[in-house]
Amino acid sequence: MTNGTPLLELEGVSKRFGPVQALDRVDFTVSAGEVVGLVGDNGAGKSTLVKAIAGINPADDGTIRFEGREVRINKPQDATELGIATVYQDLALCDNLDVVNNLFLGREERAAGIGQATRQLDEVKMEHETADLLSNLAVTIPSLRSEVGTLSGGQRQQVAVARSLLGDPKVVMLDEPTAALGVPQTKQVLELIRRLRERNLGVVVISHNLADVFAICDRVFVLRLGKAAGEFKAEDTTEEHVIGAITGLAENRENNEADREKSERKPEEEGA
Amino acid sequence: MSAAASTTADDAQTGQGPTRSQAIRRLVQGDLSSVRVVLGLVVIAIIFQVQESRFLSAENLTNLMLQITTIGLISVGIVFVLLLGEIDLSVGAVSGLSAAVMAVLSVNHGWNAYLAIAAAVAVGASIGFLQGSLFSRFVVPSFVVTLAGLLAWEGALLQVLGKTGSLNINDPKITGLANTFYSDTVGWIFAAVIIGAYGAVLAMGYRKRVSAGLADGGPLSLIVRFVFLSVLVIAAVAILNSDRGVPLAVMILLGFVVGMEYVAKRTTFGRHVFAVGGNAEAARRAGIRVNGVRVAVFTISGSMAAIGGVMAASRLFAVNQNSGGNELLLLAIAGPVIAGTSLFGGRGSVWTALLGALVIGSISNGMDLLSLSSAVKLMVTGGVLLLAVLVDAVARQQRQTSGRV
Repeated sequence: MTNGTPLLELEGVSKRFGPVQALDRVDFTVSAGEVVGLVGDNGAGKSTLVKAIAGINPADDGTIRFEGREVRINKPQDATELGIATVYQDLALCDNLDVVNNLFLGREERAAGIGQATRQLDEVKMEHETADLLSNLAVTIPSLRSEVGTLSGGQRQQVAVARSLLGDPKVVMLDEPTAALGVPQTKQVLELIRRLRERNLGVVVISHNLADVFAICDRVFVLRLGKAAGEFKAEDTTEEHVIGAITGLAENRENNEADREKSERKPEEEGA
Repeated sequence: MSAAASTTADDAQTGQGPTRSQAIRRLVQGDLSSVRVVLGLVVIAIIFQVQESRFLSAENLTNLMLQITTIGLISVGIVFVLLLGEIDLSVGAVSGLSAAVMAVLSVNHGWNAYLAIAAAVAVGASIGFLQGSLFSRFVVPSFVVTLAGLLAWEGALLQVLGKTGSLNINDPKITGLANTFYSDTVGWIFAAVIIGAYGAVLAMGYRKRVSAGLADGGPLSLIVRFVFLSVLVIAAVAILNSDRGVPLAVMILLGFVVGMEYVAKRTTFGRHVFAVGGNAEAARRAGIRVNGVRVAVFTISGSMAAIGGVMAASRLFAVNQNSGGNELLLLAIAGPVIAGTSLFGGRGSVWTALLGALVIGSISNGMDLLSLSSAVKLMVTGGVLLLAVLVDAVARQQRQTSGRV
C-alpha cells in the first residue's frame, strides 16, 4: 500500500502559542493510498497539526517535505498549490447555494464567447462536472440543484469532501468528518473516505471516535500534549493500546520520567 | 412541524422520481414568493378597482409605471445590499444629492446633459464606494456607516442647492428621460424584441442542457414561461399604447432590472454576492475576495440611487430640498422585502425590486385616487410592509424546522 517516499513528511514540527507549546517536535508522515487516523485528547494538538499543514497557523519550527521536496507552507494558498486539501469541521458550505454552486465556489467555470466580458457562469459545464465527480465517488444526492441547507449532515459532509477533490489534491485532511452524524450517515462518509484511498490519495482523518478510526485507517497516529505519543498499524493494535497512548497510561506504566514531567504540567487531567 | 413532515415525504418521493419532485421543489423554493406577490398585486388591484373605476384605466396604469420608476431603480441597488445581509440607509439622500449635482452642473454651469448625468452617477458611485470601504475595512456595521451617510449627504444636498433651495431643470435631454413616450409602432417593436430575445435565451439554454445530457422535465415548463411572458408583454404594450405610449422611463427601469438580474444570477460576481450573503467565512475560505464584493455592492447601491435621483428630478422638472427625502428611502427598502428578498442575506432576486415597487406604487396610487390622506397612506403601507416581513420570517422559520437554514 505504501511505497517509496511518503507524500507528506513532517520532521520536528513545533508550534507555540504564547506560553503554550501546542506542538513539540512532531514527526508525521502520510503516503499515497494511505489513511492515517490522527487521534488524541482535547488540546492534544490534532487541529494545530492540521492547521500547520494547511497553512492556517504555520509551524514555527521543523521541516515539511512534500513528495520528497522540502517546502514552506506559510499560507493556505501554499498548501492548496502543493495539492493539500482540508475539509474543516464546520464544512464551510453556503447553505443558500445549491450543490453545484458550493462545489465550484471560488473557482466557477466561466462561459466562453460573449459572456466572457461579464464573467458569465457556465452552469451547464459545472453541473455536468459535478454529476461526474459525485457519481465517481458514488455519492448520491437527490438533486444537484437542491440547496445545501436542505441536505442531511452526511450529505453535506460528502459535498464538502467532494469539493476538496475539485482541485485535484494529493493529500486530503478531514477534521472530525463523522462527528454529529447518525449511524447510516457515518457509514456513507467512511465509504467515501475508502474511495479516496482507492484513488491513491493520502488521507488524514482527525477523529474522536476510535471505532471509526479502526474502521478505515491503515495507521493511527496519537498526539498527547503536543507530542507524538505513539504510532500504530491499525491491524496490529487494539483500541486499548491506542487509548493508553491517548491518556498517557501506557507511558506512566513504563515509568517514563520525561513524560511524567510533561503530564505534571496538567495535573488536573491526571486527577480526572 | 408540517414543514418537517412534508420534507420527509419529499425525500421519500425523491427515491422514485427525482425529476418530478425536483421540479416541484424548484417551484416551491424559487417562485413561490413571487407568485405570492403577484397574487397580492391582483388583490390590491381588485380592491381599488371596485372602489374607483379609474384605477385600471390605461392612463392611471401609465402614471403608476412612471411613479414607480425612481423607487424601482433605487431598489435594484438595495437588492444587492440585502443579498449581502446588509443595509444601505443613505440611498435616499444620495439620490437627492446626485440629482442636485446634476442640476447645478446643467443649469448653473451649462454642462452637457449627458455629462451632468454621468457626473451625478459618478457622485453616487463614489459615495457608495466610500461607504462600502469604510464598512468592510473597519468592520463598522453598514447600518451605522450609511446612517451617518444619510445625515451627511442630506446636509450636502442643502449645501449644493445653495440659498434658493430649489433648481428648475430646463434641459430637454434631462427632462425627456421621464417624459418621453414612444409611438405605437416603436412600442410593438419593443414587444417583439423582448419576446424574441426571451425566446432565444430559453431555447439556447435548453439546447445546451440537452446536449450536455442534463435536461430535466422536458421543454413544457419553458413553453409555459414563454407564453406567460409574451402575453404579459403584449398586454402591457397594448395598455400603454392606448394611453400615451410606452414611456422611456419604463424601458430604463426594465433595462436595469433585467441587466442587474443577469449580473446577480448569471455572473461570477453575482454568485459571489450570494455566497458572501449566505456564509461570508465560507466564501473567504473559498478564495473569494469578500471585502471586494462588499465594496462593489455598495458602489452599485450608490450608483442606482443616483440613477433613481436623476429620474426623479427629470419627472419633477426640478431638484429641491425634499429631493430624495420623505419616505423614499424606506419605500425603496420595503419594496424588495415585500416582494420576497430576505433581509438576512443570501436570498432574493432583482425582480423583487420591480414587483415590490409595483405593490407599493399601487397602494399609494390607489389611495391617491380615493383621495385618502397621507396619514392613512403611511399607515396602510406600513401595515403591508409588516405583513410582508412577517411572511418572510415565517417562511424562514419553516425552512429552519425543515432543516433548511
